[in-house]
Amino acid sequence: MNQPATVSPHAAPPQAAWKRVLDSRFTPPIFITLILLVGNLSFGILESYQKTLLAIITSIAGEMILGRIFLKKWPHPSSAYITGISVGILLRSPAYWPYFLCAALSITSKYALRFRNRHIWNPSNFGICAMLFLASDSVAGLSIQWGNNFASLVVIWILGSLILWRARRFHITATYVASFIALSFLRAWITGDPWQSEISPITGPMYQLFIFFMITDPKTTVRSRTGQCIVAVAIAVVEFFMRLGSSVYAPLYALFWVGPAALFIEMWLDTHGARVVPASMQNPQTAHP
Amino acid sequence: MKRLPLARVILTIVFIGMLATPYMVRRLSSGRPKPLAAHTDCQTALTRYGLCFEEVSHHAGIDFVHEAPTLDPKLDGIMPEVASMGASVSIVDFDRDGWPDIYVTNSRIGSLNHLYRNNHDGTFTDVAQQMGIADVNQTDTGVSMGAVWGDYDNDGYEDLYLIKWGRPELFHNDHGHGFTRVSQQAALPPWINANTAVWLDYDGDGLLDLFVAGYYPEDVDLWNLKNTRMMPESFEYAKNGGRKYLFHNLGNGHFEEVSAKVGIDSRRWALASAAADLRGTGYPDLFVANDYGVSELYLNNHGHFHEAGQETGVGFAPKSGMNAAFGDIFNQGKYSVYVSNISEEGILLQGNNLWVPQEGNGLHYANLARDLGVELGGWSFGAQFGDLNNDGTLDLYLENGYISLARSRSYWYDFSKVAGGNSSIISDASHWPAFDGRSLSGYQQKKVWINDGAGKFEDVAQAVGVTDTYDGRAVALADLWNTGVLDAVVANQRGPLLIYKNTVAPGNNWIEFDLDGTKSNRSAIGAQVTLFWNGRKQIQSVSGGNGFASENDRRLHFGLGKNPQIEKVVIRWPSGALQTLDHLTPNQLIHVKEPA
Repeated sequence: MNQPATVSPHAAPPQAAWKRVLDSRFTPPIFITLILLVGNLSFGILESYQKTLLAIITSIAGEMILGRIFLKKWPHPSSAYITGISVGILLRSPAYWPYFLCAALSITSKYALRFRNRHIWNPSNFGICAMLFLASDSVAGLSIQWGNNFASLVVIWILGSLILWRARRFHITATYVASFIALSFLRAWITGDPWQSEISPITGPMYQLFIFFMITDPKTTVRSRTGQCIVAVAIAVVEFFMRLGSSVYAPLYALFWVGPAALFIEMWLDTHGARVVPASMQNPQTAHP
Repeated sequence: MKRLPLARVILTIVFIGMLATPYMVRRLSSGRPKPLAAHTDCQTALTRYGLCFEEVSHHAGIDFVHEAPTLDPKLDGIMPEVASMGASVSIVDFDRDGWPDIYVTNSRIGSLNHLYRNNHDGTFTDVAQQMGIADVNQTDTGVSMGAVWGDYDNDGYEDLYLIKWGRPELFHNDHGHGFTRVSQQAALPPWINANTAVWLDYDGDGLLDLFVAGYYPEDVDLWNLKNTRMMPESFEYAKNGGRKYLFHNLGNGHFEEVSAKVGIDSRRWALASAAADLRGTGYPDLFVANDYGVSELYLNNHGHFHEAGQETGVGFAPKSGMNAAFGDIFNQGKYSVYVSNISEEGILLQGNNLWVPQEGNGLHYANLARDLGVELGGWSFGAQFGDLNNDGTLDLYLENGYISLARSRSYWYDFSKVAGGNSSIISDASHWPAFDGRSLSGYQQKKVWINDGAGKFEDVAQAVGVTDTYDGRAVALADLWNTGVLDAVVANQRGPLLIYKNTVAPGNNWIEFDLDGTKSNRSAIGAQVTLFWNGRKQIQSVSGGNGFASENDRRLHFGLGKNPQIEKVVIRWPSGALQTLDHLTPNQLIHVKEPA
């Protein structure tokens, strides 16, 4: 996961410096930290503070070192912080080493897996999927509920939606959620399972991180608004088929395959002059490390 | 990104190296000495591990197969899950002939429980019907989930508390000649959906009290549901389970329910409980392992409890607690606590907990299950500590396996999608997809972890003959044939009762104690024995129920290893009396009566 929301439109009115900084750099980290703290203080969601801290430190340290080597500058740590904290929440393992390895893999993938100067996988999505593929005997994903308080779920959804709205990326989440719900009913019709069981996953904590942080990551999503919506639908569709195949981590795997494919298509279209996005819509933050 | 090509080459190599790390970790792990792949011959197991099990239930005259309950038809879709418990085993010498007998529960309406009397010749005879404790699973009164034995009236004979989803029952033991139902006289409530209970003398008055912990709420009749909203509200934070009861023994066959009065108030989904004096106060503390949530530790301050799960470290991370067993695994005179949970590769890795007391002020535990090698045991249920090879250190026997149906089709995907949902979804059984004959963590290999005495346990189950893959629930340890070794009796859900007869390598010695309280409760439940030998010491206490749905033999068994010199034995009775025994020789059963 990276920052979901960091757009600064050209026509934006002047803002206080602190406010700009807060908007552009710290809102997503603060939001995810809030989720983490509320979840852990209320329900003890983390495997342990130490493991999450290990993931965060590994992630930030990796970003600093690799950024210094390959970009000749010290990158802002907020993106790496979100990656680390996401690994700390989404990965479940009794051991420490998977947290270190997953965070390190996530950050390194940004620098090692590049095409035309863009990294093509959402870092934490890549790291977690890699761990689930390669180390299934040692790790699992977050697949349980963070408690039963419906109010806290609503608060997180409203807060997340507001932040995304301000960042002009709410349409991605909204499109995905609508697609997921529609396809849930289709899945229930096909399988004969209760529709509530098909809707159930999106009420869980993994999806809170998935829809607010992963699929909205500016650096690994396509640039056009329409394209972003199409990709969101595509992720939901691939997830739909994976769920029919009983894949426990269907959304993560769907993003793993669809995200890079979308970027490749976008780059191909760019090369062949079929650019679909006005430059003014580009996110300056996507001019990426 | 323009930098020296060398940097990119190095980055690529490092990245590939990281991707290969899980494979390397697996290789390194598998590089450790492997247990023997399968049980080939007993002599090899004896030579290598000092023990060998042989499953002898049929030869012993026992062909019991547990029958699961069939609940309200509204639950048909998920019946394998909601009807996944009920197999239990408890060891009791009900007729005081000096030989352990076996009581096992059944759980289908109309099915019979069995009391296997020890014939002293390697065989057993079911006498439950003639004793009046067989036909206890009936329409309108529910079915058995477990049994715990304790002499509540101090007449010298162990009485039976039957744990049920239904009307709880207390049976008085009529001097080994039969049992009389005394539930009404004891003023037990009309219905409890419980899976665990434990006898303990919580206030030290010399009379056994009874703790019972509910699983489903007590207003739920699982055969006649008002609605399907009876599932836990959360997979890890549920507090909508059954209430807890502490029945204070008034001494005249009557009991008074005092849980709220003494500070026990919880609606977590309890599956296992055990009591022992964890702080040396002379009063038994109470450990409760909860499904769908954190464990609870009730510290006993002169008969009043306070829940100290968080402050002692055992009640923070919520898991799926299904076992509570105490063991002095380091021979330090302190109890560790083993709590079983769920582990399924790639899906849910809770890991079992081995709570080891830490040095310092106050009682605080650290989970060392991973460090000691007893963390991953599949979908774990009952576990017991016992010195299985008589080498002087406590080993650990673990049962596991949840639902074994179709081998090639799993319910895990459906389970995980609902378990992660909001309470309004998870708590309603009608929202759960149907099982359709699928398995859920089925056909699992059991664990027999041998303690090397240096901080590591090694799983040798396959090598020493524990090769079954039934859906194990309860395990009880007892020296069934008075040979100085601990045998294992295993109750399987919808499966056979197994008796693993143990053989231990010659040379390892043992000693056993059979305690009889006078001022204390007659069963001596809560009595603590500290054995000092060869510069070592180990504590064990008499338990009124522990593990999951099980109770070990009341007699305490100590392995002593080779050439033991027993220095002394100190017994602290529940009355507070201290008794020291000197000049004991190994390889004998010592009968000890509490000094008047």
